[in-house]
Amino acid sequence: MYHHTVARLTLRALLGRRRALFLLVLPALLIAIALAVRLVTGADDRAAGEILGGFALAVMVPLIGVIAGTGAIAPEIDDGSIVYLLAKPLKRHTIILTKLWVAIGVTLSFTVVPTLLAGFILNGNSQQIASAYALAAAVASVAYSAVFLLLGTVSRNAVVHGLIYALVWESLFGSLVPGARALSIQQWALALAERVAAPGANITSEVGLPAALILLTAATAAGTWYAARRLRALTLASEG
Amino acid sequence: MTTIRIENASRWFGNVVAINDVSVTIGPGITGLLGPNGAGKSTLIHMMGGFLPPSAGAVTLDGEPIWRNEAVYRHIGLVPEREGMYDYLTGAEFVRANAELHGLPDPDTAARAALATVEMEHAADRNIVTYSKGMRQRVKMASALVHEPSVLLLDEPFNGMDPRQRMQLMDLLRRMGEQGRTVLFSSHILEEVEQLASHIEVIVAGRHAASGDFRTIRRLMTDRPHRYLVRSSDDRVLAAALIADPSTTGIHFDTEEDGLRIEAADFPRFTTQLPRLAREHGVRLLSVSPSDESLESVFSYLVSA
Repeated sequence: MYHHTVARLTLRALLGRRRALFLLVLPALLIAIALAVRLVTGADDRAAGEILGGFALAVMVPLIGVIAGTGAIAPEIDDGSIVYLLAKPLKRHTIILTKLWVAIGVTLSFTVVPTLLAGFILNGNSQQIASAYALAAAVASVAYSAVFLLLGTVSRNAVVHGLIYALVWESLFGSLVPGARALSIQQWALALAERVAAPGANITSEVGLPAALILLTAATAAGTWYAARRLRALTLASEG
Repeated sequence: MTTIRIENASRWFGNVVAINDVSVTIGPGITGLLGPNGAGKSTLIHMMGGFLPPSAGAVTLDGEPIWRNEAVYRHIGLVPEREGMYDYLTGAEFVRANAELHGLPDPDTAARAALATVEMEHAADRNIVTYSKGMRQRVKMASALVHEPSVLLLDEPFNGMDPRQRMQLMDLLRRMGEQGRTVLFSSHILEEVEQLASHIEVIVAGRHAASGDFRTIRRLMTDRPHRYLVRSSDDRVLAAALIADPSTTGIHFDTEEDGLRIEAADFPRFTTQLPRLAREHGVRLLSVSPSDESLESVFSYLVSA
């Protein structure tokens, strides 16, 4: 279920090079916005909800999910170095699960901590808004990691497709089109936030809590299972 | 002692047939897989390395199927052609990671031994991204050797190497072969294969074209009819003299090229007869150029033979 060497290689690939910078930009932006809003308007529950819901959960979490989820596997498939993992007596699902743990860990660290911090800066966790959105960010991180890890094994342009999904589907349709909203990780995560936050926090979700939990679990499990399957059937691009 | 057996294996990608009903047995010692670019050598190596299932037929290692059988990697060391190899690690870290992935009890010692085998200790602590092509190739070798596999598969290992690196790698592979390992490498250069392999399998256009030691293959390649384009001071006199000699089987006047297209059956005799006959008949040879020396045409002759 876990292989330490696979984890170490994946973590170094994710946190090395330019990816770490990308991972840091959005949380830094979130904290900066939170500080600015707090200084200008003072503690305000509505502003806190809008920033954590509209930016942290709708934009930052999916984008970091894309970077960590696809980045945990797609570059290795692209440059062929995945062959050094595959040509070993390792179960394919051990490789995928290990990469999933790493992607989840990275996404969690770069989303939950800044969301909680920004929430406390904005209104001191009044009406449980900060903890509600931090919990939503946490469950969304798990589901996004699995879905984008799968994308990394399926698509040659995983990052682009991931960005399109994250920005167009989750942020745009997810906020505007009623039908699409029910099929969005963001909305499922909001169902949990709704339960945690005080009623006055005005957090609403398209889906009920049981449905949200089932959908989150199903998306994570199905994504992971299919990614392992893809890896088993991965044939190396042949040059002749 | 490990044997890879390919039995009536075919592999197609959509409509394209990459490997067409090939049966080959690769035993201990060094085997060269020879064929022009695009002949299907990589496809065959990928099937032997467990990265492609045969569309039909079987590929087995000591009787065990290789596809979807992770356990066979305890016996296989693979040196892929592609360059991607965790450039942000040092050579030592990379080889050690490979040792760990194999689940070796003492990955440090194994990695150090493998790096010593390929004589890369001096650069082991540098990042792979700073390596030259030959150094990368040697570290790839170390990673493939770290678990002491009985089978070593190398896809175009000499590509882009300078002569000295080539010699080093050849020595190393010879040692591996002498230790009784099953070593298979692919190449599109006959001289490379000839210098190293005790046994050669020739693949052309996805088919198994020939098999044997290098003398057999060399003879097959030199016995074919050779074609030349010859320009001289008097083409007709030269043509008449040549066709009287049994080394020449056909002559055609090529008006576009303004020369003779000559087909020679007996290559060594033709090369001595051409200048002699020209001198005897007072004809000056202006140019003599082989017109089908490309490897592809040599190989395609082998397939039709």
